[in-house]
Amino acid sequence: MNDLKTNRLVQAFAELRAAGKKTLVPFLTAGYPDLAGTRAMLEDFEARGVRVAELGIPFSDPIADGPVIQSSYTEVLASGQRTDQVLEMVREYREGGGKLGLAAMVSYSIVFRHGVQRFLDQCSQAGVDAVLIPDLPLNEAGEVEKLARSRGLANVMLIAPTTQPPRRLEIARHSTGFVYYVSIAGITGERDRLSEATLAAVAELRTHVDLPICVGFGVSNPATVAEVCRVADGAIVGSAIVHRIQQHKDLPPAELAARIGAFVSELLAPVL
Amino acid sequence: MTTASDNATRAGYFGPYGGQYVPETLMAALEQLSAEYDKAMGDPGFRGDLDRCYREIAGRPSELYFCRRLTEALGGAKIYLKREDMNHTGAHKINNTLGQALLTLRMGKKRVIAETGAGQHGVATAMAAAVFGLDCDVYMGTEDIRRQSLNVFRMRLMGARVIGVSSGQCTLKDALNEAMRDWMGSVEHTHYIIGTVAGPHPFPAMVREFQSCIGREARKQMLSAEGRLPDLIVACVGGGSNAAGIFAPMIADASVRMIGVEAGGRSLNLGDHAASLSLGRPGVLHGSLSYILQDADGQTADVHSVSAGLDYPGVGPELAYWKDIGRVGYTTCGDDEAIDAVVTLSRAEGIIPALESAHAVAEAIKQAPKMKKGQILLVNLSGRGDKDCNEIASILERKGVKI
Repeated sequence: MNDLKTNRLVQAFAELRAAGKKTLVPFLTAGYPDLAGTRAMLEDFEARGVRVAELGIPFSDPIADGPVIQSSYTEVLASGQRTDQVLEMVREYREGGGKLGLAAMVSYSIVFRHGVQRFLDQCSQAGVDAVLIPDLPLNEAGEVEKLARSRGLANVMLIAPTTQPPRRLEIARHSTGFVYYVSIAGITGERDRLSEATLAAVAELRTHVDLPICVGFGVSNPATVAEVCRVADGAIVGSAIVHRIQQHKDLPPAELAARIGAFVSELLAPVL
Repeated sequence: MTTASDNATRAGYFGPYGGQYVPETLMAALEQLSAEYDKAMGDPGFRGDLDRCYREIAGRPSELYFCRRLTEALGGAKIYLKREDMNHTGAHKINNTLGQALLTLRMGKKRVIAETGAGQHGVATAMAAAVFGLDCDVYMGTEDIRRQSLNVFRMRLMGARVIGVSSGQCTLKDALNEAMRDWMGSVEHTHYIIGTVAGPHPFPAMVREFQSCIGREARKQMLSAEGRLPDLIVACVGGGSNAAGIFAPMIADASVRMIGVEAGGRSLNLGDHAASLSLGRPGVLHGSLSYILQDADGQTADVHSVSAGLDYPGVGPELAYWKDIGRVGYTTCGDDEAIDAVVTLSRAEGIIPALESAHAVAEAIKQAPKMKKGQILLVNLSGRGDKDCNEIASILERKGVKI
């Protein structure tokens, strides 16, 4: 069995915890506005102190995503880009010395069609550190969990506000890398603030779970990042970043990366 | 690969197909629904309520009708129609919405949502919501809103809100995505009435059960009319609910051959049809593993059918299982053949079928002459064509056919 201790994402969280730090996990739609832009942003984020990023692999029918991420997926797919090119970009990013812990968020529709084993092989060979499959709940996840671990890949699982407490712990037990706490019952998108109930639920989970906990869905500004990081190990910001990319998508890769990087620096400020 | 033996014995699976491939947010609701459904099915009170709804609201049992003139014209098997088109709201969809609306009340939820393609499921949901005093929102692709405007009006008249969906191809699949997204945020007080035998467990088994009144009645009616079961049953297949409903109660009767007819659309090239079972392969979409139409990357393919109700890239997992074990054969019927079948049945029997059901009629017209006189061919006439008249008129006009 391959050991997850050498996994970049696992190591990043271990080092952060040893240093008493929390972190920001920025989300990017892979290939939006194009793959060169995505790679430039990953490199820029790393230089600013980001340790872990989430890469959304575009899918035609993302039922957990709100309009911002959906429309970025639609646009990327219309350009003809498919999953193989995303993994190729990750490979090049690694060859260029990129060290971020990378979690690929990908629909099980894609994983199944590629073949579970083959897909996980491709991910690990390209330099992906974790898979996060939002439409593969605990009941169906056994095969992926086993095959991912044997390839040194983490399998990040999600807990929702609707998940009953005993099941929360079971999900956390099966999750590797970190466990993703979905802050609201609903789809991804920007919200101004998080409810006290969310923060209390994460704090409660914290008392039972040693694995890093990251909170996503609706985390969109430095204030919510700070709030989340009082109780969790990391805050995942998606729609707010993709929305800004949409506004500046015609800029050349380096300028786009600097522009989006500046926003990421604002988000990072509370946790650096 | 997930193999047949891995999944064959798991709850919610039909052979290797089925499952619950949904975000964690929905899992609690699926568990609640499963538990409530199991409880209800063991409760004679629920079955009594449902039977009364079928009788008093839907107007069941629907008639079994012998097509004398069509049979004579084709010169082969005796053709019977199961007249689901005569149900209240005009299609088989009501059988399912009544069952799920009763479950909604039992779960104490106050709002229902639905996706709709042709609008028949939306209308049947709006009707059930009106009967039981539930709030109702129906998601419908903007392309379908255009081609099924009568049904949009009917839903609104009964108090439902119709929400246009303009993502993707603006049809049934996109409406289903949007309904799922709504449910992700409203699951505590809202029940999602899925209209077909697809989606995550328990929907495929539950919707098939609610639709099985079709096959149970047809079986009894056939035995009393002919003293025996049909030699062949034909039904159209989009998601598969009317086909599952008529097939399931006779699936154990080995002498009964069954054919499901998928939308052959404009051509059999990917993007021009909606024939998931005939031309697709196993994959995951909308919560279950079944045959679907997708590209090599796993992205859902574009689909097309003249019939908005068949215009869907997936199909129910139980129908996939029936294909693999060889119990049900599947074939396709193109747009033009379906339109021709509408005209043929209208003139021979005075029955205007829905464009969806016309796909089954077209296959019956092909099969009957190949069968012996005295053999019996049963067609599930799943809905009536009133909703399609504007669309059919404009297609016939384009084709230069004078009516």
